[in-house]
Amino acid sequence: MSAKELDIDQTLDHVAQSLSSILESRNIQAPIMIGIHTGGVWVAEQLHQRLKLDEPLGTLDISFYRDDFTRVGINPQVQPSTLPLSVDDRHVILVDDVLYTGRTIRAAFNELFDYGRPASIMLAVLVERDGRELPIQADAVGQHVSLEEGEQIKLQGPEPLTLTITQA
Amino acid sequence: MKKKNRLQLDENGKLKHFLTIEGLNRQLLIDILDTAESFTSVTEQTIKKVPLLRGKTIVNLFFEASTRTRTTFELAAKRLSADVLNINIQASATAKGETLLDTLRNLEAMHCDMFVVRHADSGATHFIAQHAAPHISVINAGDGQHAHPTQAMLDMFTIRRVKGEFHKLNVAIVGDVRHSRVARSQIHALSMLGVEDVRIIAPKTLVPSEPEAFGVHVYHDLREGLRDVDVVIMLRLQKERMRGASLPSEHEYFQLYGLTEEKLALAKPDVTVMHPGPINRGVEIDSIVADGPRSVILQQVSHGIAVRMAVMSMAMQSHLPVAAGGRG
Repeated sequence: MSAKELDIDQTLDHVAQSLSSILESRNIQAPIMIGIHTGGVWVAEQLHQRLKLDEPLGTLDISFYRDDFTRVGINPQVQPSTLPLSVDDRHVILVDDVLYTGRTIRAAFNELFDYGRPASIMLAVLVERDGRELPIQADAVGQHVSLEEGEQIKLQGPEPLTLTITQA
Repeated sequence: MKKKNRLQLDENGKLKHFLTIEGLNRQLLIDILDTAESFTSVTEQTIKKVPLLRGKTIVNLFFEASTRTRTTFELAAKRLSADVLNINIQASATAKGETLLDTLRNLEAMHCDMFVVRHADSGATHFIAQHAAPHISVINAGDGQHAHPTQAMLDMFTIRRVKGEFHKLNVAIVGDVRHSRVARSQIHALSMLGVEDVRIIAPKTLVPSEPEAFGVHVYHDLREGLRDVDVVIMLRLQKERMRGASLPSEHEYFQLYGLTEEKLALAKPDVTVMHPGPINRGVEIDSIVADGPRSVILQQVSHGIAVRMAVMSMAMQSHLPVAAGGRG
């Protein structure tokens, strides 16, 4: 088994830069950032600091909205979702660690809409890889990673945050 | 015990039926509490629903009257997006046996997935679980004097929320422990979760016949029993017991076993007062205490919904084929 570590700080900087130029071009003043458990929350904490956002960070656990409950059941490690502010008419930045099939994001949309009607949602991810099963794409991406057969990418944290590609 | 265990858990150790706390294990109880904790955020949503049990049909099969338990089970099922059927069957002692099985077969033919059962006979929910079709889960919503496990779990949830952990607590259960399915399930859950000092405080006629078997300390004097307790759980005095020989008058009962501010002062200063409801004001508990700052009686009701959501969704997943799921 071999492992390759990616430069996490550089990758986070890259997402933060893309996000701030999107916010500027769309003239969005006070967005609400929401991280998806677990890795997405760690990434969101870092981005929240880098972008110096004023609104408190929200977290979303999409376990109850997954499309495979009838196949895999619920994970007892589910966390409560905490959205400190109403998302009604607000611009939301949804954050996840790895964008892969797109199914997690689909579930996150559904959960978010049960909390209210955001003005807009944009998606920021640390890493995107091929393999989309739904028409979902990120607005801000830290880096694109191409994985070979049998390779996996994993974010570990929260302190220190490391991003590694491992070969099984 | 073994047999109950086999009936309640599937071959992977997952919950299939929830009939009694006995035969389960500490980790499973903690999983129920943790899952319930995560369901509490659903009530903060504008749309108070998650799609977890969409397309499932849950039957509330009540052979004995109940308001709070039935409505919280119904709300819990609806917040999980299940379809709910409420069936109230006036149980006469002779209307069991074949009639009950026929009822089950009919509900099965309607493609129901879960029965939530309350029955006046101890063991009735076991009987139903044994005879239900393999794809059906049965949840005990109270059977005779035997068990009321979801009530016990919502009480554990409330205790954990208020006190943080179980180990160092002194917990007293006061009242008609002998005839109480709630107390029986609470005692099993408290000891499984590691509470060292569980006390029961009751007149001699209302103590279970073999209290030693439960590992509890028995007190007949309320003042003595309340000393240094962290949590006091009051039980409802069933007025029908008054007519029997087991009890003095309501007034006398209140003098001896009714919880008042003055008696409560003997417990720890941060004592928590609980009651499964419905409360008899002025019989087992004084209104000032029931409505006072140390009472968490209404929190118990709210927690009942989250705990029942957890139990229902966990029992429903035992029917799933074991498969690896990809995410991302």
